[in-house]
Amino acid sequence: MRLTALYLFASFSDFQQGRGSVQMPENYVPAFIFIAVALAIPVVTLAIAKAVRPDNPFGTKLMPYECGVDPEGSARGRYTVRFYIVAILFVVFDVETIFLFPWAVQARTLKAFGFIEMMVFLAILIVGYIWIWKKGALEWV
Amino acid sequence: MQQFLNYLNSTQTPGETGNFAWATIYILIIFGGISVAVIAMNWLERKVLAHMQVRLGPMRVGPHGLLQPIADALKLLIKEDIMPAEADRLMFWMAPVIVVITAFTVFIVIPFGPTHAVTDMNIGVLFMLGVSSLGVLGIIMAGWASNSHYPLLGALRSSSQMVSYEIAMGMAVISAILMTTLTADGAGTLSMIQIVQAQDKQQMWFLFRMFPFGFLAFFIFAIAMVAETNRAPFDLPEAESELVAGFHTEYSGFRWSLFFLAEYAAMLAVSSIAVTLWMGGWMRPFSHWLAGDTWDAFFSFFPAATFFLLFVVALAGTVRMPKHAAFKIQKAGLGAFALVLGGIGVLLLIPPVKDRIQDIYWFVAKVSVFMYAYIWYRGTFPRYRFDQLMKLGWKVMIPVGIAVLIVVAAAPAFNFVW
Repeated sequence: MRLTALYLFASFSDFQQGRGSVQMPENYVPAFIFIAVALAIPVVTLAIAKAVRPDNPFGTKLMPYECGVDPEGSARGRYTVRFYIVAILFVVFDVETIFLFPWAVQARTLKAFGFIEMMVFLAILIVGYIWIWKKGALEWV
Repeated sequence: MQQFLNYLNSTQTPGETGNFAWATIYILIIFGGISVAVIAMNWLERKVLAHMQVRLGPMRVGPHGLLQPIADALKLLIKEDIMPAEADRLMFWMAPVIVVITAFTVFIVIPFGPTHAVTDMNIGVLFMLGVSSLGVLGIIMAGWASNSHYPLLGALRSSSQMVSYEIAMGMAVISAILMTTLTADGAGTLSMIQIVQAQDKQQMWFLFRMFPFGFLAFFIFAIAMVAETNRAPFDLPEAESELVAGFHTEYSGFRWSLFFLAEYAAMLAVSSIAVTLWMGGWMRPFSHWLAGDTWDAFFSFFPAATFFLLFVVALAGTVRMPKHAAFKIQKAGLGAFALVLGGIGVLLLIPPVKDRIQDIYWFVAKVSVFMYAYIWYRGTFPRYRFDQLMKLGWKVMIPVGIAVLIVVAAAPAFNFVW
């Protein structure tokens, strides 16, 4: 849902124009305080740990872990293309999910009209879904 | 002090009252609560898993190993922190920080009660989905920065698994949002507090709404949330037999424990979301079926009763301690712990406390059911193979999710609701 960030931003400007049900700044400042506290926890604990822990590095200790034998090749190599396919498919379906949210909130008001509109949208996606299934993009062997 | 009491009695969240000192106190209480929950969960997981496998689990550090999590935290704090020579130093440092921040930030919108949320955003569900999925970035960074084979493969597996199940999760969440429109005024909502209030108005948990479709949506979410948090049986990213420890193989010392903390905080967060969306959030069980003052009074004794039960269990443990001089300190410690639990139980009987604790108690009780289920899954289910996992995610969960979504949307659109 990385695209949610975009939607969040859109709603943000909605609030500033006073269209939201609550005032924007008061409601969001605690969120920033919360993130600041959440940032402080790892930073402070890591600083404390740095002060009390021993630090005695040497060459063998700093080698990448490969079950005791010397590492074979570089980890910056190539890996299977299927992970890229998953990433692309994810983007498609995630955008779909984001489009469904505004409709879901208004579903009752829009009644059958909204429902049919959304089913047309979903049908296009389902056709695409069937196509990628038939094409074998969902197979993992 | 007077102001503080006013805030306690107010019907607004700290965010709405606009007092940031009050909001900060609230935030610190939530962080304290999460930390205690993670410590308790750490102990409970080892004990429950051990007993499922007919072992005893930690027994040495403190009575029945109660101090084991604290001993572990201290050990990790003074342990040497190794950063591989070939690692990308900045990314290696940032990864655990990002994972921890995203795991905690979800708690901003979690409503522990009608007024017990840090802030009531009217886009709470979107905020929750957006923030919780940012955790993938931290995992990829950890895997890539380590510059080692196992972490890279673990991170790739983890991220592809998380994004695959996130789609099914989104479908299930939309089904719950559609159910909020079934109230009399027909207005849907994305605010977490109003979602629970919608369940209150409809006098039914969304779990049982439009049976069995509410249940199916919940079931999809319950599976997806286990995959999202990389827990057994979907713990492929850290499959010990294949990938050592997955994306955090190269992490040691306190950096590793930050990943551990984040994993448990994320488990608590997704369980809280499941409780909010489907299981009535802070509502007590049968709040409409068994309504009335008598039942209210009956259910209001549950928090104290829970602590009295724990008191009795701890007391029984104290009595059953071996009668040997070496166990003297452990016996005294467990007895004192029992008295603390009993004292909390008595405290929860004081009327003002009893009234204010109700929402939080029922919320926490429902979340702890999920947390126990997490341990139970780990104790009983064998691990999936990666192709099986992706097949389940893409070929079963997504079609079922879309089907449930369409039915839940279609019925109200044509004025046919059950």
